[in-house]
Amino acid sequence: MKSHRTLCKLSTLAAALSLSFSALAADITGAGATFPYAVYTKWAEAYQTATKNRVNYQGIGSSGGVKQIKARTVDFGGTDAPLSEPDLDAAGLVQVPTVMGGVTIVIHVPGIESGKLKLDGPLAAEIFRGAIRKWNDPAIASQNPGLKLPDLAITVAFRSDGSGTTYVFSNYLARQSASFKSEVGAGNTVNWPANGVGGKGNPGVAANVQKIAGAIGYVDIADATKNKMNFVALKNKSGHYIVPTQDAIEAAAAGANFKVKGMAPDLLDQAHKDAWPITSATYILAYEKGADAAKQKGVVDFFGWALNNGQKMAEDLGFVPLPASVVKMVETEMKNIK
Amino acid sequence: MSAVMMTSQPVSLDLQARQVRKFKLQDTIFHQVTLLFAMIVLAALAGILIALALEALPAFREFGAAFLWTNVWNVPEEQFGALSAIYGTVVSSVIALFIAVPVSFGIALFLTETCPVWLRRPLGTAIELLAGVPSIIYGIWGLFVFAPLFARHVQPYLQTLFGDLPVIGGWFAGPPIGVGILTAGIVLSLMVIPFVASVMRDVFETVPAQLKESAYGIGCTTWEVVTGVVLPYTRVGVIGGIMLGLGRALGETMAVTFVIGNANRIVGSLFAPGTSIASTLANEFGEANPGLHISALFALGLVLFVITFVVLAISRWLVRRGIARQGI
Repeated sequence: MKSHRTLCKLSTLAAALSLSFSALAADITGAGATFPYAVYTKWAEAYQTATKNRVNYQGIGSSGGVKQIKARTVDFGGTDAPLSEPDLDAAGLVQVPTVMGGVTIVIHVPGIESGKLKLDGPLAAEIFRGAIRKWNDPAIASQNPGLKLPDLAITVAFRSDGSGTTYVFSNYLARQSASFKSEVGAGNTVNWPANGVGGKGNPGVAANVQKIAGAIGYVDIADATKNKMNFVALKNKSGHYIVPTQDAIEAAAAGANFKVKGMAPDLLDQAHKDAWPITSATYILAYEKGADAAKQKGVVDFFGWALNNGQKMAEDLGFVPLPASVVKMVETEMKNIK
Repeated sequence: MSAVMMTSQPVSLDLQARQVRKFKLQDTIFHQVTLLFAMIVLAALAGILIALALEALPAFREFGAAFLWTNVWNVPEEQFGALSAIYGTVVSSVIALFIAVPVSFGIALFLTETCPVWLRRPLGTAIELLAGVPSIIYGIWGLFVFAPLFARHVQPYLQTLFGDLPVIGGWFAGPPIGVGILTAGIVLSLMVIPFVASVMRDVFETVPAQLKESAYGIGCTTWEVVTGVVLPYTRVGVIGGIMLGLGRALGETMAVTFVIGNANRIVGSLFAPGTSIASTLANEFGEANPGLHISALFALGLVLFVITFVVLAISRWLVRRGIARQGI
């Protein structure tokens, strides 16, 4: 009986010890946007190897991420749709960007190779709101002299699940055309036209575009590259037709002013001559004053480490790292996470 | 000795009484515990219903009962109506049953009446295995394998076959893109067949051999035995099997989300993309805006709950009526 009791005490002690050890290691938990899920988990894996600290990130969606950090159930939240200044102030949150990416228009038109079809923003908006229904429409032909356009119905492939990709893309198109803004709208889920077909996630849209002749859709650049899809060349603000590349996204970031509260400048339609017009960044949210100092420090340490050591990993996954100048600003801003 | 007997008698009676009391107590405890377990089911059901209704309340307050027959689903402008989702759910399920019922009937008849004995077991097992395939597998197969083949080979053929007919032609109009309500119905039928077929087989097997053999004995053909003996005898069970399949088709989420095309609108053509209640929930819940959007999704869930409940009630009623008429 006595030895039994001793055993009990020992195991309690062991449990207490292991608890305090994990507290020392400051395991941190984050949740939110699915777009950066691949890169956050890759960073977490490398970070654990390097420092023994664990980071657990769940891709539950941007609005889920915002909800969870406001409810204080996670140590940091991830979102593709940045919170506004008043929102940040009201909730006492710090917001910094982590990586950049872009949305690209992909097509499946027999006889047209990747990068050959030229569109400008207003024309893309007309197609995506269902006002242009045929590939050989004069409006498309006039921007593409010499290109043989087939007499084929246009099918608009969109994201059926609410998503940051839709948020970025619909905001871009809404700026190009007032009719798009009023008919389709801008947000995580919008009101796509009747000649549209919805797919779940980037892979769902990619599959629809690849299977349906005459399809036009939008996906993250990383997914488009991975699936070897056909891009269009999109006209940017300075009048150049651009295909989506890492350089084109870096060019868009170079012209943006990150020196604003929340570090979420407008990255769409940047004026730089090489800028990809549909560029976006993804953000994390953390508390200015957290309940657990060790966890707050854990968040700062992890992202500080990742921004300096994780660029190559991000690039390999199709993301675009923040420019060095912006990394410095993020590090300064993260000092507010206490 | 006799004194011992005399004293031992009341002792043993007392013991018996105590034992009886103990058993009674055990019975009561057992009864209460099982009752508690049964009540958990009821409580869960009531809890789900109440939770759905509470969350759906803002949507119904905003749109009223018109929510049920309004054909609009505009998230940015917060205008919601359930009609397109109800339409897609019902039409895809009806298509599924339209295909699944005759096929399952054939499978069950073959297995019980005409199949060589050595083939019965492997074939029966194969059908049961089909029922165990996770729905996401059907979805992936539907999107990546079936839809492209369907678009290339079957849809153009259907259009040349029916395209010029009045009314029916409209069902097959529009570009053949592979995904859509018809595709969802076909994939659903594949998922429903194993359920309906195995129930039908089981009930067909309950027909007493004497009945069938008497019919054969007076010179009936297999078809006459089936229509004259097997079907009348098993009507109740067959209806139950079909309703089970309908219930599964109505609520199926993942496979439908993959192949229905997820467009929140009603187009007359079966080739056109549509949406179902379950697929709308699967698509939009994760990133739904707080407020009316979330509430409208809960309202959709409530509608699905009610539809499923009504289907179940109708099937119960049919079964009961069938039993009463047969006098079993």
